[in-house]
Amino acid sequence: MDTATIREAERIARTVRRVVIDQSRRANVGHIGSALSIAEMLAALYAGPLADVNANDPDRDRFVLSKGHAALGFYGALHARGRLSAEQLDSFCGDGTELVGHPEFQLADVDFSTGSLGQGLSMATGAALAARIAGSSRCVYALLSDAECNEGSVWEAAMFAAQQRLARLTILIDVNGQQALGYTKDVLDLEPLADRWESFGWSVQEVDGHDVGAIMSALAAGDTDGDPRPHVILCRTTFGKGVSFMESKIEWHYLPMSDQEYGLAVGELDGATR
Amino acid sequence: MRREFVQALVDEAKNDERIVLLTGDLGFAALEPFSEAYPNRFFNAGAAEQNMVGMATGLAEAGFTPYVYSISTFASMRPYEFIRNGPVLHGLPVRIVGTGEGVDYGHNGMTHYALEDVAIMRAQPGMAVVTPGASGQLGVVVHAIQQLQGPAYLRVSKQTITIPELDGRFELGRADQIVDGDDIAIIAMGGMAEYAIEASQLLAETGVSANVTAVASISPPPTEDLIALLNRVPVALTVEAHYITGGLGSLVAETIAENAISCKLIRAGVRELPLGISGGRDFMHNALGLRADRLAETAASALSTRQA
Repeated sequence: MDTATIREAERIARTVRRVVIDQSRRANVGHIGSALSIAEMLAALYAGPLADVNANDPDRDRFVLSKGHAALGFYGALHARGRLSAEQLDSFCGDGTELVGHPEFQLADVDFSTGSLGQGLSMATGAALAARIAGSSRCVYALLSDAECNEGSVWEAAMFAAQQRLARLTILIDVNGQQALGYTKDVLDLEPLADRWESFGWSVQEVDGHDVGAIMSALAAGDTDGDPRPHVILCRTTFGKGVSFMESKIEWHYLPMSDQEYGLAVGELDGATR
Repeated sequence: MRREFVQALVDEAKNDERIVLLTGDLGFAALEPFSEAYPNRFFNAGAAEQNMVGMATGLAEAGFTPYVYSISTFASMRPYEFIRNGPVLHGLPVRIVGTGEGVDYGHNGMTHYALEDVAIMRAQPGMAVVTPGASGQLGVVVHAIQQLQGPAYLRVSKQTITIPELDGRFELGRADQIVDGDDIAIIAMGGMAEYAIEASQLLAETGVSANVTAVASISPPPTEDLIALLNRVPVALTVEAHYITGGLGSLVAETIAENAISCKLIRAGVRELPLGISGGRDFMHNALGLRADRLAETAASALSTRQA
């Protein structure tokens, strides 16, 4: 991966974090930690394969944010790429907005509305099947959460995609080890997650989910490795990454920030930028 | 009716490459004409109805018009939230095809009885809900559904039902009068039209003139046709292989109330969990009061009550 692309991905990730912190404070909403943990995953996609995707092209690559509760991170990535204005961002979670707490397809660049966990991978699998039938080489990407793998429908889709060898379907899983009410190991232990996906017939890569270069290399490898299986990239992340008092803390799935917490968070993000 | 559905889909697919058929591992000795004619547009999704509907959403977004097929209960209820958040929310042309209406699956028991599928599908805005009364309607039904931009639910009887008056007849948003009459209107959903015709013949023997109207287009509802009919009869009897809540009886009740029509309504259908009774389709219909002789009794009773 060339340096300029890595720099661009790092810039997108910084913008995602800043947008998440600023807009969640302004709108006084939660789901902050869930959005922070996927900053690099979104950045790798939007500096990489989705950098110049044309929302009006029927043969474009598709993207499904299956963990729809991290919509604000998604909006941050679109803003970083100039696809959403600052004015649009300021309408997030407002009355009459297109920028809903979970993404809705009326907004350009949102291919599928999500918010109910366990549905996005099926839609993505159908999108990949459609490309196959149509003889198109377009790719389909989906971003899931690890706890989303609690949903049985994820595994229904996993079996079908493997059965049909939908190699152009690539999913990134945010393995942050947390869910709404606890740590995944204490609720429904997902490990060994790599073995589970492998045994379902998927090509599995595991990367540091905060290393944009590693994620982009994994995406590129999936594109060129000739492996006929669908691809999953397990991105090991830290929930709430970038804001120390949120990191690995269950409560930051739900909590909005106080003004004081917002000040601390911005200070940490600014410090990291310097 | 399911074989007629498959044949209609085979015919439609000849000129429409958007058509894709997905099955939830059901349709033995039914789907083969399609899978053999279009092997590249046929997929067995396995016993995984949620994923089947989710995938259909992805296919439809890309320009296909997927038909997903299973027994009505499994096609409608297991993936209901996927239907709502997929084709309904996105306004996409996914077609849910359920085989078996009411107690069609007879001795297979309650898990296979579709008794609330029409109610839950009718609740979804933009979802066409179609319940053909006769096998001879399937060609026009499939052709009409295929033209829709949005989603559709098609509920077909497991039986072959022959009603010559309905052959080739179907229009979205219209009802189909089969027998004219003035004393009472028997309004039937799906395959119950067959019993309604028989009931009207039994009533004719006692001097009662019964209108029989079949409603295959539940959504969009045949509102104008129903208003015209309900305004000229004192009593209406709805007949449906479905719980009496949420289906045709509710649709007719809404039409009467919203248009201030003076017409007494009797709803024949399933009133409670059919527990403690089990058997073949005919036995079950008799036990549930849906056979022609029971419908004629219900109609005669309603008329006598009204006259008294």
